[in-house]
Amino acid sequence: MGRITLEGVAKRFGDVEVIPPLNLDIEDGEFVVFVGPSGCGKSTLLRLIAGLEDVSDGRILIDGSDATPLSPARRGLAMVFQSYALYPHMSVRKNIAFPMRMAGIDETEQKRRIDNAAKALNLTDYLDRRPGQLSGGQRQRVAIGRAIVREPSAFLFDEPLSNLDAALRVGMRLEISELHNRLKTTMIYVTHDQVEAMTMADKIVVLHAGRIEQVGSPLELYRNPRNVFVAGFIGSPRMNLFTGAAAAEYGAETIGVRPEHIGVSAENGKWKGRIGVSEHLGSDTFFYVEDTGLAEAVTVRADGEVALRHGDTVWLTPAEDKIHRFDANGDRI
Amino acid sequence: MARAITPRRKAITTVIAWTIGLLIFFPIFWTVLTSFKTEAEAVATPPRFLMFDWTLENYATVQERSNYFRHFWNSVVISLGSTVIGLIIAIPAAWAMAFVPGKRTKDVLMWMLSTKMLPPVGVLVPLYLLFRDTGLLDTRTGLVIVLTLINLPIIIWMLYTYFREIPGEILEAARMDGATLRSEILYVLTPMAVPGIASTLLLNVILAWNEAFWTLNLTAANAAPLTAFIASYSSPEGLFYAKLSAASTMAIAPILILGWFSQKQLVRGLTFGAVK
Repeated sequence: MGRITLEGVAKRFGDVEVIPPLNLDIEDGEFVVFVGPSGCGKSTLLRLIAGLEDVSDGRILIDGSDATPLSPARRGLAMVFQSYALYPHMSVRKNIAFPMRMAGIDETEQKRRIDNAAKALNLTDYLDRRPGQLSGGQRQRVAIGRAIVREPSAFLFDEPLSNLDAALRVGMRLEISELHNRLKTTMIYVTHDQVEAMTMADKIVVLHAGRIEQVGSPLELYRNPRNVFVAGFIGSPRMNLFTGAAAAEYGAETIGVRPEHIGVSAENGKWKGRIGVSEHLGSDTFFYVEDTGLAEAVTVRADGEVALRHGDTVWLTPAEDKIHRFDANGDRI
Repeated sequence: MARAITPRRKAITTVIAWTIGLLIFFPIFWTVLTSFKTEAEAVATPPRFLMFDWTLENYATVQERSNYFRHFWNSVVISLGSTVIGLIIAIPAAWAMAFVPGKRTKDVLMWMLSTKMLPPVGVLVPLYLLFRDTGLLDTRTGLVIVLTLINLPIIIWMLYTYFREIPGEILEAARMDGATLRSEILYVLTPMAVPGIASTLLLNVILAWNEAFWTLNLTAANAAPLTAFIASYSSPEGLFYAKLSAASTMAIAPILILGWFSQKQLVRGLTFGAVK
């Protein structure tokens, strides 16, 4: 079981409140991603759950019982760090065995679990090597192996992929998702990369300046962002946000339209502009349309076959039912 | 950009390096050489290099006149004692400063270092009086206390530097993995810090072994280490260079041998962090 509940959890460093009191429910077996720009407090929140930082206020419940006063070891959680944090003086085998050794699990059981983890993570051939002799991806798998063998009630991942190169990152992302499907254990995953959040999460928690901006499934957040911040943060490329006359027309302070919800035509439409940069990705084409008077550049996603080029004058038309409207406070209308 | 190293350039550098090395080593070499001469040959002009009557007489005389092994034992007790006690105090201190630094940690470190800048002679009289009144004069306990305190700032600084190199996340990982503070220090921190602790220990033993100001001023006979043993040959009956050299050789030999065997460790320790 791995149901985690935060009740009014707050964190202050001296006089600085990095996390104002917040509430959050994480159901058993859920894959929850904390996402936000750097410095938003997502890692701090994870460390509070782990017990590596003490909460300044509030309670953390794990499976219904108060874990706030418990040491990290006694919370039954396992953590994978950004830097992998392997023990450099121990072999891979000993690294993976370490938590079991600390828990006093007998040797035969240790061996069984190490073998299983090594098989699942393709580490069987590397068990006798030191971390220094492994590549980044292998090190990260060792770190995951060390977390798995504890059979924790929840896994905590602190930006585990940010030290890997792009290709490896995609591979590891899939591996972690598969791991979650297989183990069905609660996972809390911290990242600043909204693509990781969108692809992996059952539930995304968007954080900004220590505050939870919105909690929901990836598509909920994508379709119904609760405020301008979430609208701008979730989705790649970013949602176009317009203020001024264009927004006033829709009775809002700010309106947002996603790149794929703007039609582009060479003949007619609502807003006139000129194509600045165009990115042809094959399946899609992204145009950055300038001189519209709406924003510096309006991002438009079009079909890969569209025959428009840099410098062409185009007309843009938003899909009326896909326009997001926000009030002066940035909240959704 | 890699700089081209021409053979000529290499030859010149080699010659310069050897010259400097030999110049530095020469006094020690000459001392050892003199210790095998007779007193007359020791002061002969022009000095003789290797063509003299080699004799062990000086060593015999020195051993006869003063008890080398008692001084040697005092040196061992004082240098090892002060180092071990220093490490016991410094490891937790450096640990705290490296892993849970406070607002004033940097200031405390600087303040500790500043005590090393004070000329020792400035506190000689008060310390002497303190020692006299507490009965610590000419005791090994007294010297262990003084040398521990004198070298503590260096031990803490060195360990602090090593510990700072150990990523905090690894210790946090150990905590997550269920390690108690004891297991964390025993199985994770210490094995990772062993090279640092070892070179700190070595350097400190050498510093304490060679320390001459306090060991000379606070001892008379009982607790006198090898430094006092050498000094005792430098004045009373005029200068006897050959015997003085024999005494010096006997005094520096143990630490020279220790240094020789541990030089790799020492160099690695002293440049740790600087060349990472």
